[in-house]
Amino acid sequence: MISLGRISKRSEPYVLAAIILLSLLIQARSGQFFSGNNLVDLARSLIVPALFSVGCMMVIVSGGIDVSFPAIASLAMYVTDKILLASNYSGNVILAYAISAGLGLLMGALNGFLIGFLRLPTLVVTLGTSSLYTGLMFGAFSASASDVPPAIARHGKEILFTATNPTMGLTSNMPSQILILIAVLILAFLLLRYTMLGRGIYAIGGDETAAERAGFNVRGIKMFLYCFVGVLAGITGIARISMMTYADPSTMLGMEMTVIAAVVLGGTRVTGGMGSLTGTILGVALMTILSNSLILIGIPTYWTRVFTGAVIIIGTGVTAHQTIATRRRRAQSQKAAA
Amino acid sequence: MAASVLRVKGITKSFGGVQALRGVSLDIALGEIHCLAGENGSGKSTLIKIISGVHEPDAGEIEIDGRRFSHLNPKEAIGLGIQVIYQDFSVFPNLTVMENLALNSELMDKRKLVNYKRARAIAANAVSQIGFDVDLDERVENLTVADRQLIAICRALLQEAKLIIMDEPTSALTKKEVKALFAVIKRLQARGLSILFVSHKLDEVFEISERYTILRSGENVASGSTVELDRKTFVFHMTGRQFEDEFYTPSAIRREPILSVRGLSLGGAYADISFDLAAGEILGITGLLGSGRTELVETLFGIFQPEAGTISIRGKEVRIKSVKDAIRKGIGYVPSDRLTEGLFQPQTVERNLSITVLDRLSDHFGFLRRGAIAAMTRRWIGDLSIATKSPALPVRTLSGGNQQKVVLARWLANDLSILMLNGPTMGVDIGSKYDIHVLMRKLAGKGLAIIIVSDDLPEVLACASRILVMRDGVFVQELDPTVTTESKLSELSTGIA
Repeated sequence: MISLGRISKRSEPYVLAAIILLSLLIQARSGQFFSGNNLVDLARSLIVPALFSVGCMMVIVSGGIDVSFPAIASLAMYVTDKILLASNYSGNVILAYAISAGLGLLMGALNGFLIGFLRLPTLVVTLGTSSLYTGLMFGAFSASASDVPPAIARHGKEILFTATNPTMGLTSNMPSQILILIAVLILAFLLLRYTMLGRGIYAIGGDETAAERAGFNVRGIKMFLYCFVGVLAGITGIARISMMTYADPSTMLGMEMTVIAAVVLGGTRVTGGMGSLTGTILGVALMTILSNSLILIGIPTYWTRVFTGAVIIIGTGVTAHQTIATRRRRAQSQKAAA
Repeated sequence: MAASVLRVKGITKSFGGVQALRGVSLDIALGEIHCLAGENGSGKSTLIKIISGVHEPDAGEIEIDGRRFSHLNPKEAIGLGIQVIYQDFSVFPNLTVMENLALNSELMDKRKLVNYKRARAIAANAVSQIGFDVDLDERVENLTVADRQLIAICRALLQEAKLIIMDEPTSALTKKEVKALFAVIKRLQARGLSILFVSHKLDEVFEISERYTILRSGENVASGSTVELDRKTFVFHMTGRQFEDEFYTPSAIRREPILSVRGLSLGGAYADISFDLAAGEILGITGLLGSGRTELVETLFGIFQPEAGTISIRGKEVRIKSVKDAIRKGIGYVPSDRLTEGLFQPQTVERNLSITVLDRLSDHFGFLRRGAIAAMTRRWIGDLSIATKSPALPVRTLSGGNQQKVVLARWLANDLSILMLNGPTMGVDIGSKYDIHVLMRKLAGKGLAIIIVSDDLPEVLACASRILVMRDGVFVQELDPTVTTESKLSELSTGIA
């Protein structure tokens, strides 16, 4: 029972249309967009921001914001890397993911405690912890680019398939980490749609007081959210360094801005209560195409930042405009009804 | 007497050093519509919060269905069939009607997973109970205020409510919606539910409730059967003050009109409006919502441009091009929604008072003269008896009546000759309402020309020296308030005898 009118008010179709238009444009100019290796390259670049965006979207839906996930991911993966190197671990990569996720959980729990229990503002808390974790990494652990233990290096070479581009003679490998992304997406979908916990996240974003009165454990839900973001960040950190096969502590820092932008571009309401996984992934895809493929039509890399900025402003502007327009329409119809 | 569903005895509660309730009692019979009345700060909300388990009383006893408790927690209260419909309805604007209805009961059943089929069945059952026709898949933020309230009521019914407490349920509703709500309340009563209706609007208390309890400063001052209550005693119990019968006898109406309107028309809003207004006069314009009354005064304030007709000020024909132009011509307008349109809520009383006249209160270099601002603030707080502990407090800490006075003072600080007020006492409690009426009459006596637009008929009768009744965009009749009754006014504005 989804009417057409309701669909047109969502932003997913617009983002999808933008992606299609952009791909067609790049394809027409370069003939390279729909080649196997380009698509695999895109998927590869999309994994890390997409993993981040899932947690980020959930936090924004709950009415909060988290800017600390790149710092959590970096510190978690770096400490894990050092522990495994120091202990000459040569077993399965699962342990690396487990340690990093565990460290992420602890760091996320600190956010959750400060936000859920002490009711501090989310932006301030996560800015603070972000600085704290980055500082610890560079200060206490004097982090610098380092090798990865064999478990992670092996994991980085696991590829699902190789796509070749016959005209250019280029090949690209599809990394196995994409399976992690798929698993996380399925899990997040089930969580958000079919559990009371997931509906509680939307409920808090809609009206926190009402959620409390209805009997949602608001503090618990917030604690869960920031822990979830921490765990996800820990996992993303390992996925990232395994694909790079070396542990660069600063490789993920600064990603929070593009990830948040992608999430908002995908139709997640900045004030909370609304947001979908589909929209989020579309938003990430659009941002990835912008930063990866513009070079195919001869636009120099530094120009992609201009395009990215323009897309963010236009994209969020359209969303904001729609919200205002709906509100105005509603006010008018109420006046007419009275 | 019928059995009680709720009996509260000797409830005492203090917050910090402030005694909110002193030995309050309340008794609600099965299947009764009971009104809890009292001015802001009388302790109504505290009492509700104690009954619903949000606050724990310091002393006293709560008896529900014959079981006695010294205090409750929210879950126990809901389990005992007590449901509160808050003023903000506690709905989730971002979720669908279906989820809003189903979530609470699913939570009460301690379910961990969502089953949309079951949720739909729950929601459909809930809306059918009061015959509420609504699209279950619509987001609640797209519904009207009245519909959101019905959602909250349906949700309460799902929890097997025995007593539904409605906290100021009509404050955001139009007259028509209030009627519809009352019909729903009667329907609930017919099903054996008890309703505690919290309000300070006396018309509603008389219309809907069978018995009443009035609180003042945290104490019971009166209770009994509504039929034995009259307006004057009700007001006395609410405020603790005796009010004179109000009416305005203009002392100094000038002969020359200050404002003359001839054949003014605006498509779709009003047509062929003509009237004169002289200094010292209070002109009451009344009519239903949508009768064109608001558009008319907003045209005089430069918000709309008329399509035909003329406006003259002091005999000279003028065109009011914009709001700024209206203010320059000495016209002031207080809109009906002072909360969103009139005041900077988080800012101090002083800043709110001085904002429109800052250029007069600053020196040659544009620096503010602190002393002059403080003096002006003191003068207005004194003149209009604005009740605030300090001019440095944010305006939102003031009661509705006092906020309205701040809006008035701001206009009066400009040199006005015509002041228009739209619903000047909407949502203001009785005591402040009386004070505002006195103030308006005083201002008119000093030579201001005032127009009040109001559908509060007793108010129009009490303040105006002349009444114009508007219906469907035209003036239907001019009346003299001293010889007019409320029923005559209502008949004219609705067109129903």
